[in-house]
Amino acid sequence: MTELNAQQLLKDLANDLHDYLSDQNISDPVFIGIQTGGVWVAKALQSLLNNKQKLGVLDITFYRDDFSRTGIQPTVKPSKLPLGVDDKHIILVDDVLHTGRTVRAALNEIFDYGRPASVSLVVLVQRNGNELPIQADVAACKLNLEPTQHIKLSGPEPLELKVLEVTAHPNSE
Amino acid sequence: MMRHFLQIDGLSIEDLHHILDTTESFTSVDDRAVKKVPLLRGKTIVNLFFEPSTRTRTTFELAAKRLSADVLNINIATSAATKGESLLDTLFNLQAMNTDMFIVRHPESGAAEFISNYVDSHVSVINAGDGRHAHPTQAMLDMFTIRKHFKDFSKLSIAIVGDILHSRVARSQIEALNILGAKEIRVIAPRTLLPANIEQLGVEVFQNCREGLRDVDVVIMLRLQKERMQGGFIPSEHEYFQLYGLTPERLTYAKPNAIVMHPGPINRGVEISSEVADGPQSVILQQVEYGIAVRMAILSLAMSSEESLTAKGSDV
Repeated sequence: MTELNAQQLLKDLANDLHDYLSDQNISDPVFIGIQTGGVWVAKALQSLLNNKQKLGVLDITFYRDDFSRTGIQPTVKPSKLPLGVDDKHIILVDDVLHTGRTVRAALNEIFDYGRPASVSLVVLVQRNGNELPIQADVAACKLNLEPTQHIKLSGPEPLELKVLEVTAHPNSE
Repeated sequence: MMRHFLQIDGLSIEDLHHILDTTESFTSVDDRAVKKVPLLRGKTIVNLFFEPSTRTRTTFELAAKRLSADVLNINIATSAATKGESLLDTLFNLQAMNTDMFIVRHPESGAAEFISNYVDSHVSVINAGDGRHAHPTQAMLDMFTIRKHFKDFSKLSIAIVGDILHSRVARSQIEALNILGAKEIRVIAPRTLLPANIEQLGVEVFQNCREGLRDVDVVIMLRLQKERMQGGFIPSEHEYFQLYGLTPERLTYAKPNAIVMHPGPINRGVEISSEVADGPQSVILQQVEYGIAVRMAILSLAMSSEESLTAKGSDV
């Protein structure tokens, strides 16, 4: 088991995101976190970047592509996008980008709420194992892991990021 | 979770809260521009109704459509059954069209369970009301409505008023309230509209509204089922209203913040006055609204059962 410095990665991520937003000429974006780890990271970024907008929360259970294999997840929570998304610049936040399937589901869900001006993907860790043409716009670190390794973010206080050895290949990120 | 949803009896308190929690997350689907989620895309759901119904059938249909399923509405009164086809032949023909779920409303008690014994192993059956036996999705939407207004069932007194004898709704409500640990369940009705041994269901019986409604938190009015009233159960609708109709005066016996529920359709001036039905304590239209989210939860949970997932291996 390896532990990564989550606090340092968050600071790096906030700095990189700050630069990215000025490059893109985006001011006052709307943050949307993917349950559960993405919500923690989004909250931390909002406070580091002094963003006062209401945080959007997305539970992508209803949009997963494995319903016919696994059924409905027992922990499903309601999605809440308080400000709507029409014409907003969305910062979509997750803890780990792995297969890309969660982000695919999240994009589909966001577009059922309206038509955003843009969506940027921000993650703490981008790891290998991508199965879809989805890349992060900002990632604090990129990791090459074995298929038997899995990254786990625990939190929210304090946020801790660990690389775990798992026996079976995880089905989802 | 269960593949079929036939009755409340036999479910655990965890099962009921799981359904109610899942319902909660489906209520957010109404807030969005596209009121739809792709969960049951590619599934075919048959509304198999052997008895007329507007609210139940349409809310099941909307629930299925908001889950992106395809819906067939079969009204048996106007279909092949009138040409002499048997129930099972109708069923097997519909099943041969690769359908995934039957939502069954039938005038005979036990009809949905009967059908569930004959369907393929991946097909789910949901009871949308069978005879006097059960109407479990109605009971769940009533429980959801109550939980929206009062968090804790163990502190609640609930009065169910009216035609208990013919009511599958009341039976399912009583079962659900008992499982959820309601403090007190009362039924208020003339003896002629109470089933024998009603006390064995864990309720307290009142024949008088003033006593029965005293300090309750929830008043559930039942429809006087006119179509089942040939047997002289009551002297007249007018007299019934005089004794059991819910008027603003009678409602004052209940707690000031009590809510008034009714499974619909309501008979104004028979079991409930218009002032109460349209008044500030009435949550009758909320029940209809929540009916969609509750049915979305039950449909998707039934489709999540192990049999439904393993039988077909139909990856989208």
